[in-house]
Amino acid sequence: MSTTTSELEVAHGGVPAGKEHVYSQQPVLSARNIVITFGRVVGLDGVDLDLYPGEVLAVIGDNGAGKSTLIKCLTGAYVPDSGEIKLNGERVSFRRPQDARDAGIETVYQQLAVIPALDIASNLYLGREDRRKGPLGSVLRMLDKKGMEKRAGESVRNLGIQTIQNMGQAVETLSGGQRQAVAVARAAAFGSKVIVLDEPTAALGVKESGMVLDMVKQLRDKGLSVILISHNMPQVWDVADRIHIQRLGGRAGVITPETHDMGEGVAIMTGATKLSEDAP
Amino acid sequence: MSATEVSSASAEFARRQHSPVQRLQHQLHGKPWLSPLFLLLVAFLAFYIATPTFLTASSMGILFQQTAVVAALAVGQTLVILTAGIDLSVGAIMVLSMMVMATLARDDGMPGIVALLIGVALATGAGLLNGLLVTRINLPPFIVTLGTLSIFTAIALLYSGGSSIQADRLPDTLNFLGEGFGIGEFRITWGIVVVILLYAVIGFVLSQTAWGRYVYAVGDDAESARLSGVPSMRILLGVYTVAGLIYGIAAWILIGRAGAATPNAAPDANLASITAVVIGGTSLFGGRGRIIGTLIGALIVQTFAFGLSQLGVDQQWRYLATGVLVIVAVAIDQWIRKVKA
Ligand SMILES: Nc1ncnc2c1ncn2[C@@H]1O[C@H](COP(=O)(O)OP(=O)(O)OP(=O)(O)O)[C@@H](O)[C@H]1O
Ligand SMILES: [Mg+2]
Repeated sequence: MSTTTSELEVAHGGVPAGKEHVYSQQPVLSARNIVITFGRVVGLDGVDLDLYPGEVLAVIGDNGAGKSTLIKCLTGAYVPDSGEIKLNGERVSFRRPQDARDAGIETVYQQLAVIPALDIASNLYLGREDRRKGPLGSVLRMLDKKGMEKRAGESVRNLGIQTIQNMGQAVETLSGGQRQAVAVARAAAFGSKVIVLDEPTAALGVKESGMVLDMVKQLRDKGLSVILISHNMPQVWDVADRIHIQRLGGRAGVITPETHDMGEGVAIMTGATKLSEDAP
Repeated sequence: MSATEVSSASAEFARRQHSPVQRLQHQLHGKPWLSPLFLLLVAFLAFYIATPTFLTASSMGILFQQTAVVAALAVGQTLVILTAGIDLSVGAIMVLSMMVMATLARDDGMPGIVALLIGVALATGAGLLNGLLVTRINLPPFIVTLGTLSIFTAIALLYSGGSSIQADRLPDTLNFLGEGFGIGEFRITWGIVVVILLYAVIGFVLSQTAWGRYVYAVGDDAESARLSGVPSMRILLGVYTVAGLIYGIAAWILIGRAGAATPNAAPDANLASITAVVIGGTSLFGGRGRIIGTLIGALIVQTFAFGLSQLGVDQQWRYLATGVLVIVAVAIDQWIRKVKA
């Protein structure tokens, strides 16, 4: 790979063929040396991550490897002990998830973060409610419930989920997969730069998983960047541009579906083989 | 088949799968105040049959006047319980605020309106203190308010010297909410009007504004609310502070109602307010309930007390009935929460 410098190779291991121009740009999101500890447990031990414009970066790793912890540090859910996060080259420090959302980063957390007692529309718009027009909204602060319900319906249908009919239905009356669909629809509807999905298809059926993966590709084609955490290797190799391998709270390496097959990826993930710095 | 036909067909399918009991569960899930409303109507009917004077305009006026103070306190208590908290210091804050208002204004020591504002501000500050202890030091609301219950009660007693101040030594402003007007035999005090306004305002805020939605979200699942971008800590702090403000207003109502400021007034205000909230269908686990249910709950408790006293029955029956109602209400809530699609 003659177009890449050795410095770039350290940052992201490999570059998908034919996409070198993307990877010579500035990353949308980049993290350096992220450390977080929980009491005596080291959650992340100096992790780097780069996410480029219009790419799908998969994050794989064993249970407890620190995947969720990593994305929580990137999205303001956890505040790292040390390390540096840059959004479009600008240093950011998110203190709360709201800060990351305001900056254009939407996240579907592994535990979904939906409110069971609230209805679907309220969940989609939680934390960014639309108010009514005129003095009802500006003085009395009344919510535009009808408008939000209508747009929530559109967001859910955009995802191709047909089994959810009534946006006024409480989320606790939905199945696990439907709840996941609501969480994904929320991220897709509001993400403007980066969308982070922590195992978004874990509770979904085959057809619904396919829809979420299609949505991920659509988002990428619109120019958004996606971080996708998944244990489903065929899915990862299908949709990802690059694959960040997380192991024991650190980054074991970054590969691409072209340069490495699933077996090699899993071997790095489990520590059976090590990725040499200048591969591939 | 068009899309709407498909959806109505599937809705029909869903309906047919549900037994009448499941459908009732669904109805109660959406409208948790339905069962207390039913109970209130039954109680009215039963007392009317037992003693027809129960349903006269004049006795209804008395019933509402008796309900006013607890109904006001229960508004603040509802807010706190919706966030999955509990406030044991309601009565203490009210009494402290009342004693400060009355002592400052006694014998024209201070204009009534100034004393009133200071008293209400003090109650708001007391609520804020509860909120700070819950959010900043991360203590359970039960413990925080158990502690402040003793603290505020002690301060009220020390400050007032333990003695009452009669209405005739207080300015008109402080006695005002005991005044009223009659519609025929039906006498309404301004205190009742203030209570109705409180319910209207808080009902509006809870159901129509983002802040209200956040109160439910924080109570249902605080961590998910935080991850969804809800400023959980700020909402909690706000809830305790607004609750304090409401207890201050309740203090004003209490002076009018009791015709005096007494440091050991309303000894069962804490439990009465919690009882009203729970019987009204609000879940002690947070995130579920309607303010209108609390009003109904407060009326139920007072209806039993008033009806039984009109019948000349021993007041202990009232406590027995209230106890049974609380347990039944919580059992119904548990059942409703198991609702499935
Ligand atoms: N809030 C926390 N308190 C204590 N330890 C934590 C916390 N969050 C994460 N950890 C620890 O950090 C490590 C990484 O956890 P993390 O949830 O990131 O794993 P993961 O890669 O997402 O695993 P999975 O595939 O099971 O979701 C684990 O050892 C976990 O116990
Ligand atoms: Mg995880």
